[in-house]
Amino acid sequence: MTTLLLADHDGATILDATKKALTAAKALGGPVHVLVTGPEAAAQAAAKLDGVEKVLSATDAAYAHGLAEPVAALIVSLAGPYDAIVSAATTHGKNVLPRVAALLDVMQVSDVTKIVSPDTFERPIYAGNAIQTVQSGESKKVITVRTSAFQASGEGGSASVEAVQAAEDPGISSFKGEEIVKLDRPELTAAKIIISGGRSLGSTENFKTYIEPIADKLGAAMGASRAAVDAGYAPNDWQVGQTGKVVAPDLYIAVGISGAIQHLAGMKDSKVIVAINKDEEAPIFQVADYGLVGDLFKVLPELDQELAKIKS
Amino acid sequence: MKVLVPVKRVIDYNVKVRVKADGSGVELANVKMSMNPFDEIAVEEAIRLKEKGKATEIIAVSIGPQQAQETIRTALAMGADRGILVKVDGTVEPLAVAKILKGVVDEENPDLVILGKQAIDDDCNQTGQMLAALLGWPQGTFASKVEPGDGSVDVTREVDGGLQTVSLKMPAVVTTDLRLNEPRYASLPNIMKAKKKPIAEKTAADYGVDPAPRLTVLKTVEPGGRKAGVKVGSAGELVEKLKNEAAVI
Ligand SMILES: Cc1cc2nc3c(=O)[nH]c(=O)nc-3n(C[C@H](O)[C@H](O)[C@H](O)COP(=O)(O)OP(=O)(O)OC[C@H]3O[C@@H](n4cnc5c(N)ncnc54)[C@H](O)[C@@H]3O)c2cc1C
Ligand SMILES: Nc1ncnc2c1ncn2[C@@H]1O[C@H](COP(=O)(O)O)[C@@H](O)[C@H]1O
Repeated sequence: MTTLLLADHDGATILDATKKALTAAKALGGPVHVLVTGPEAAAQAAAKLDGVEKVLSATDAAYAHGLAEPVAALIVSLAGPYDAIVSAATTHGKNVLPRVAALLDVMQVSDVTKIVSPDTFERPIYAGNAIQTVQSGESKKVITVRTSAFQASGEGGSASVEAVQAAEDPGISSFKGEEIVKLDRPELTAAKIIISGGRSLGSTENFKTYIEPIADKLGAAMGASRAAVDAGYAPNDWQVGQTGKVVAPDLYIAVGISGAIQHLAGMKDSKVIVAINKDEEAPIFQVADYGLVGDLFKVLPELDQELAKIKS
Repeated sequence: MKVLVPVKRVIDYNVKVRVKADGSGVELANVKMSMNPFDEIAVEEAIRLKEKGKATEIIAVSIGPQQAQETIRTALAMGADRGILVKVDGTVEPLAVAKILKGVVDEENPDLVILGKQAIDDDCNQTGQMLAALLGWPQGTFASKVEPGDGSVDVTREVDGGLQTVSLKMPAVVTTDLRLNEPRYASLPNIMKAKKKPIAEKTAADYGVDPAPRLTVLKTVEPGGRKAGVKVGSAGELVEKLKNEAAVI
């Protein structure tokens, strides 16, 4: 039983999401090979991960932007010897793997939260309101992994790196451009502490004035509810929830967020949850370990001062 | 340009889903059902393309029980032109849905298929990508902007870290993200008009597809619950508790 893991990387390092998916891939029981599409440097980084047997490095320019059509064709060309094909449930993995699964005529298992055995998995459905245990009889298992459910694998490996030939590019899609938000703070799914704001923040400026200083003091990532993102107060990749990012940090602070099930789906597995909301009936308090009822515009500056005290 | 929009009938997003005590699934009896929210966005996008003079005909397809006809009616009331109901009872997995949709595409030859990125019942996020694979078409998933041009379509995608724009040769598959548009409500006159729009009825066998599930669901359980904790009186008390009691800062 050998597993092929599709890596997410930034051109030089392997993303935390993939290190977590690697832990799930190892739990399948067989050796793990990692496929890195892109620069050789990223393949070298993957070779250092603990428990990787081999890295397949595909440096062809066709893969530079992670387009689903060529990447899926590549994976299918490599799939022969593998019993499982795994990826983190990042936007990259979610884009590519179902395409691979269909080309292999396999039903994919999405967003796995637990490997029960090599063919049996747990996964959430209905925004996490139910957990399903599913068994796959498919000859190849195609799986995306919900990274918040697994610890990241460490380093210490020294896998061999093997160059792989490009597969034929279907040539039906091309990259036009991107707007990638450069973060000078931890990425949401990798952060130990997250502070998120809701619609009630009212503006981008208020995110800066009220949320950011606290995030800075805590070394936290910033997140948002869908309502805050839709209103344009926060960028789309800050969205936490059923249809945004799923996170499970040590500490999640929800500020002015009501606690709709779609939001809870993205954060209710956090270790400690803090809710700050002026409505004491807000559903978010039903999942919060510590609730503070109050106006965020008054509470957050106070919180900032209190944090300044203990951090100095 | 012809646009095909697959729409799924799911438990309404406002309903608190209950797991059956015997672990056999979730309670579906007497529960409000609606169109999957992402599919409303897909229908809306198709209608806007038609209003801009880019699309000429919009076909709504649903795969499911007889009642899925209501979901198609909703799409017709919003502005789709006609419907196709592929009747299948019980669970139909994304791979089977994609195969049936491929059959529909082979018959209808649309230029664009716009699906939701995810059905909020199974949360699979697979069908659009699978359909694109089976057709050998390009895919623009998690779209926040769709701009058809001459023989190609530019799709801006919501990806981790920001936005990516790709150019796809048509015909193509697009899946919608939340911020693509805000779906309209059907007006009463349009709801009346929709009653006269045609809905064809088909079966999976018409497309030569066996819809039997590939995965076996062994059980369905409630997630581990969380209990409400304590209320603190001030920011000072909160910081003290986070530092000394929870030890997370
Ligand atoms: C298909 C679908 C998918 C969805 N996916 C997601 C998702 O991934 N993530 C997500 O977050 N949502 C998602 N939603 C939306 C979700 O249902 C809610 O609408 C959304 O989470 C609400 O955001 P909010 O809590 O910021 O806003 P609101 O519900 O408007 O709540 C604002 C809260 O702020 C409080 N408040 C107001 N002023 C103050 C103040 N001055 N100080 C303190 N508190 C204050 C209020 O008491 C209230 O509780 C989805 C919805 C659908 C239909
Ligand atoms: N039974 C179905 N009938 C029509 N469309 C469907 C069906 N199942 C899935 N889809 C489409 O595929 C999308 C993604 O579904 P899923 O892959 O199940 O998350 C949905 O938003 C619909 O557009």
